[in-house]
Amino acid sequence: MGRKLLTEHINVEGINTFEVYRKHGGYRSVEKALKTMTPDEVVEEVKKSGLRGRGGAGFPTGMKWSFLAKPEGVPRYLVCNADESEPGTFKDRQLMSKLPHLLVEGMITSSYALGANTSYIYIRGELLYVLRILEKAIAEAYANGFLGKNILGSGYDLDLHVHPGGGAYICGEETALLESLEGKRGNPRNKPPFPAVQGLYARPTVVNNVESIAAVVPIINEGGDEYAKLGVGKSTGTKLISACGHLNKPGIYEIELGVPVEEFIYSDEYCGGIWKGRELKAVVAGGSSVPILPKELILKTAAGENRLMTYESLSDGGFVTGTMLGSGGFIAMDETTCIVRNTWNFSRFYHHESCGQCSPCREGTGWLEKVLHRLEHGHGHMEDIDLLVSVAKQIEGNTICPLGEAAAWPVAAAVRHFRHEFEWHVTNAKEAAQPGAVYRANGVLV
Amino acid sequence: MAKITFDGVEVEVPDGTTILNAARQIGGSIVPPAMCYYTPLKGSGGKCRACLVRVAAGSAKDPRPMPKLVASCVTPVQDGMIVENTTSEQVLNVRKGIVEMLLINHPLDCPVCDQAGECDLQNFAFEHGVSTTRYQEERRTFEKIDIGPLIQLHMTRCILCYRCVYTANQITDNRVHGVLGRGDAAEIGTYIENIIDNDFSGNVIDVCPVGALTDKTFRFKSRVWFTKPVNAHRDCPKCSGNVVLWYKGKEVLRTTARKDQYGEVKEWICNECRFEKKDTSDWTIEGPAHIERSSVISANHYELPVLNQSVVADLPESTQRELAQNPPLKLGS
Repeated sequence: MGRKLLTEHINVEGINTFEVYRKHGGYRSVEKALKTMTPDEVVEEVKKSGLRGRGGAGFPTGMKWSFLAKPEGVPRYLVCNADESEPGTFKDRQLMSKLPHLLVEGMITSSYALGANTSYIYIRGELLYVLRILEKAIAEAYANGFLGKNILGSGYDLDLHVHPGGGAYICGEETALLESLEGKRGNPRNKPPFPAVQGLYARPTVVNNVESIAAVVPIINEGGDEYAKLGVGKSTGTKLISACGHLNKPGIYEIELGVPVEEFIYSDEYCGGIWKGRELKAVVAGGSSVPILPKELILKTAAGENRLMTYESLSDGGFVTGTMLGSGGFIAMDETTCIVRNTWNFSRFYHHESCGQCSPCREGTGWLEKVLHRLEHGHGHMEDIDLLVSVAKQIEGNTICPLGEAAAWPVAAAVRHFRHEFEWHVTNAKEAAQPGAVYRANGVLV
Repeated sequence: MAKITFDGVEVEVPDGTTILNAARQIGGSIVPPAMCYYTPLKGSGGKCRACLVRVAAGSAKDPRPMPKLVASCVTPVQDGMIVENTTSEQVLNVRKGIVEMLLINHPLDCPVCDQAGECDLQNFAFEHGVSTTRYQEERRTFEKIDIGPLIQLHMTRCILCYRCVYTANQITDNRVHGVLGRGDAAEIGTYIENIIDNDFSGNVIDVCPVGALTDKTFRFKSRVWFTKPVNAHRDCPKCSGNVVLWYKGKEVLRTTARKDQYGEVKEWICNECRFEKKDTSDWTIEGPAHIERSSVISANHYELPVLNQSVVADLPESTQRELAQNPPLKLGS
């Protein structure tokens, strides 16, 4: 098993309290950064580490930090995006509820690097119990002098706040998150201006995922170069993967990037294979918004190489034969899964969560859902399959924020790789409409 | 100043100008359509995606093309930018898609809609859309809501451009007008069925690109192309008093603010001018309002208008200048 940088002590009794966390080496990164490093040196370490944003887009964190505008006399903000609500992704929830101090520590170090004196953790509204855990951890950090005025005598001040959202998926989009944090309706903003120039309260702001901020802690403790030694190529370090679906051992795994997908699914160290001895049918590798891949393509790339759990390897072949690492929400589906039904379910989610601001997404997500509903329930036509692709294409790339793409990609990919199932739903409409009906190559019901 | 090339035409505009406004300085048929952007309203734009254009070169410094189409109404120009609108096949195709999206939940009740004839969505669909639909599902419908005694909201027709929300926020007091709900269930609301009660509330009717917000004093009175627009003004203590009166015979059926060629209100008018002054004697008539030749309203038949020269000297300066630029026909000419 690879090294664990974030979750090494996750099962230690009482690790959510300040004393135990401190005993296990907690808050070292704050001491190191504030006492021995300048903010620019911290940014430089993160750049060297090659850390890529863990929220889904995979944009290099150090680079994002260096884009932050730094006008004189204007406050800057660091906002932690803890609005994790992508179906299939549940890594941040676990990290925050078990290791709240890791996030607090990461926030202090990162805020210091960015020169932010007020930072926010925007947490998903449904995770109220996690909010309470975090608030307790923050209170402990204040009591021990790691937050507040003049932290560790360094002259650096930081206030950290936790803010619960209302439970809308769209508020995980960074500009919608900022709107919501400002107390407005969570509608994504038009970009430019980007948050690095005009973010929270029109001030320069960096928005980072929980896991990215937590990863700053081992990077500062061990040095960026050490961190970069883990992983493969440009995918450095470790990544939390929340594995779910038809697996023997679903759960959250901290993997060193570069583990082969086949090993991740079948080895006992990780997911332990597909449950009930069934066959793997398809995998959604990075949360519901990334393209679904059939077994053949998720285990091996189109060129026949082993697919690895890295940003590059999973996206090998573009969207024709590849997918994305995304946020690490790994959904495995066995042979009894109906892809049409599953796609409809995803579509239903995006229809429900579209903010309704821009027209392609507002109207298109509903349209996709309705057509898929029709197909799944045996009222579809052959033209509907091409209609799905066409509508998805009309949404993709034409919206204000990436939710449009997130709604379009899974549908387009499902049709691309499982067209025969959609066709079967049209030709065998009566059968397909029955509950639990699944396409089999020979047309037999399960 | 920034120099940009828009559909092959070069134009120089101040820094910070949006692509759309740069295109409007060129004018003509290359100007992208705008369904939600409204110059007088701060923060509007970027929502309908009708004005998407392709940026073939980002700037002189960084001549890479932008990866996605951008909303021209909110994207500022950069020096050396090359923009493609009507010259790009991709843009035209996407625009067709936008029309389709805007129409799938629109009731298409133009034959009974008061906005027909001066409807932005109608014009947009006519110019850029296709004549058939691939949408078979049930359309979204809402109950009609009265926002006070003068304005009716018919959400079924709404395209959620947010113009009225910005208008209510920016030019009227007491914010009660906003968007409720999410996705395709989002609706304009005055939580809950409040009345927008102030002197400038009627302006939300003018900014509405479709027939979602209508003037209750005008509903079902007449098709707009049977009425004749006439510029008029009065001494109003609250607003500029510069309006357009819409006549049918000798009767003033409705009063609206004056709009420019892009359908944007020039000066906001108050509710008294809009709803209460419906007699010719309340107004000083300036002459026929300019209507684009492309508009169905211009298809009605004007009698030769009379410009009362003794009145001209008393007109506001802005109106005099406008008259000098677009002189009405003189009697006997």
